[in-house]
Amino acid sequence: MMAGVRRHRTLGQIFAAPIVVGVLSVVGLVAALIGDGWWDALSWLSLTLPVLLYFFFVGRRNRPRLTGK
Amino acid sequence: MLLLCITGLPLIFHHEIDDLLHSEVKAADVPPGTPTADLDRLLANALENSSLKSPHFLIWDHDDPNAMLVSVGEHITSDSTRNRFVRMDLHTGAYLDSPDVTGRFTYIMFKLHVDLFAGLPGKLFLGLMGILFCVAVVSGIVVYAPSMRKLDFGTYRRNRPRIVRWLDVHNLAGILLVMWTLVVGFTGVINTWADLVLKAWQYGQLAEMTAQYRDRTLPAKLTSVQAAVDVAKQAVPGMTPSFVAFPGTVFSSKSHYIVFLKGDTPVTSRLLKPALIDAETGKLTDSRDMPWYVTTLFISQPLHFGDYGGMPLKILWALLDILTIFVLSTGIYLWLRRRKAGVSVDRAVAQVSAAEGSAVNGSAANVSAANVPQTSS
Repeated sequence: MMAGVRRHRTLGQIFAAPIVVGVLSVVGLVAALIGDGWWDALSWLSLTLPVLLYFFFVGRRNRPRLTGK
Repeated sequence: MLLLCITGLPLIFHHEIDDLLHSEVKAADVPPGTPTADLDRLLANALENSSLKSPHFLIWDHDDPNAMLVSVGEHITSDSTRNRFVRMDLHTGAYLDSPDVTGRFTYIMFKLHVDLFAGLPGKLFLGLMGILFCVAVVSGIVVYAPSMRKLDFGTYRRNRPRIVRWLDVHNLAGILLVMWTLVVGFTGVINTWADLVLKAWQYGQLAEMTAQYRDRTLPAKLTSVQAAVDVAKQAVPGMTPSFVAFPGTVFSSKSHYIVFLKGDTPVTSRLLKPALIDAETGKLTDSRDMPWYVTTLFISQPLHFGDYGGMPLKILWALLDILTIFVLSTGIYLWLRRRKAGVSVDRAVAQVSAAEGSAVNGSAANVSAANVPQTSS
């Protein structure tokens, strides 16, 4: 896989992960409104995800990877 | 928008910041179930300790279950936004304090965030900015697709020039936060319409409920506010009072106490229900659910403030806000670069990469193919 190989991604591939994160964000935003206790915890978890993913992607080393995500 | 994100950040923790910066007299700690003080006595005591003498609202403190705020103005007709809060101990009825909050850091941040010290026009202006922000977020989603056509989700090309790195950060944080920024942005816009919603309710439902009282003047002597609260509680079982509006204030008619009651879950505690008590007879005259436009405002408030899921949610709100500041500032940088170069960011990135690629190892293609194992550089 060197120069010349250009796999263009489809819209589905581009937006698959963002949609999952987006849906979880909505779950998180609504959960804490519905109730306390477990609902709050669910909200915290699902809203932590985008923050964690951000730091994961920005912080990870640029090592050669064998598998695409 | 940067201003809104930056001023919004301390507002998430306004209660904690006020606690830290300003000492306040604490209400007595009492075991749960302690009966509250008689409200008439509490009110009289509050007025005794206040230079202003006309009570507008009694508010059960949202942040402190042991305290009650009495909002007092000069006259019953004076502008309520200039009222002074008198803090009272809800259980003993004792006077706590009555600080001037207008010089506080949080107050200045609040005004900058809400109306730029310019009242309703300021609010509506910021509301318009909020709408443009939402449009910008949506346009960001649209341009995300072509920008990511050749990249993996989460790509961050750390060894590339700044424009490439910042584009990646902008894309990554932007798309991860997209739902949160849209929700907080749009609920913020709805909040800027709060004054209009209040007006609509006054001339709509409130006018309807108080139609036969329309020509009355203020009662010479008001009935007991404690009795009014008791009647309201009985009329709407399962809900607890959140605040009382005195006759003649913006939240009531000239003839009524209105007791606004709330539920006990995070969402129902935001949905207030008014119970109208005739302030001459002390009798309940009406109680209805709020119309949809008020309910929408009530629900959009917590979703904007992030104050409905304890401290962890507030911290998350702050982190998400900081990341949004990143997205905004990298966005400004990319836009400036683009203006300077007179070409699109994609083109600029390609140019930078091409120049760099030929200088390093001649492989211009790994510009965009981050999943290709990179040669050491």
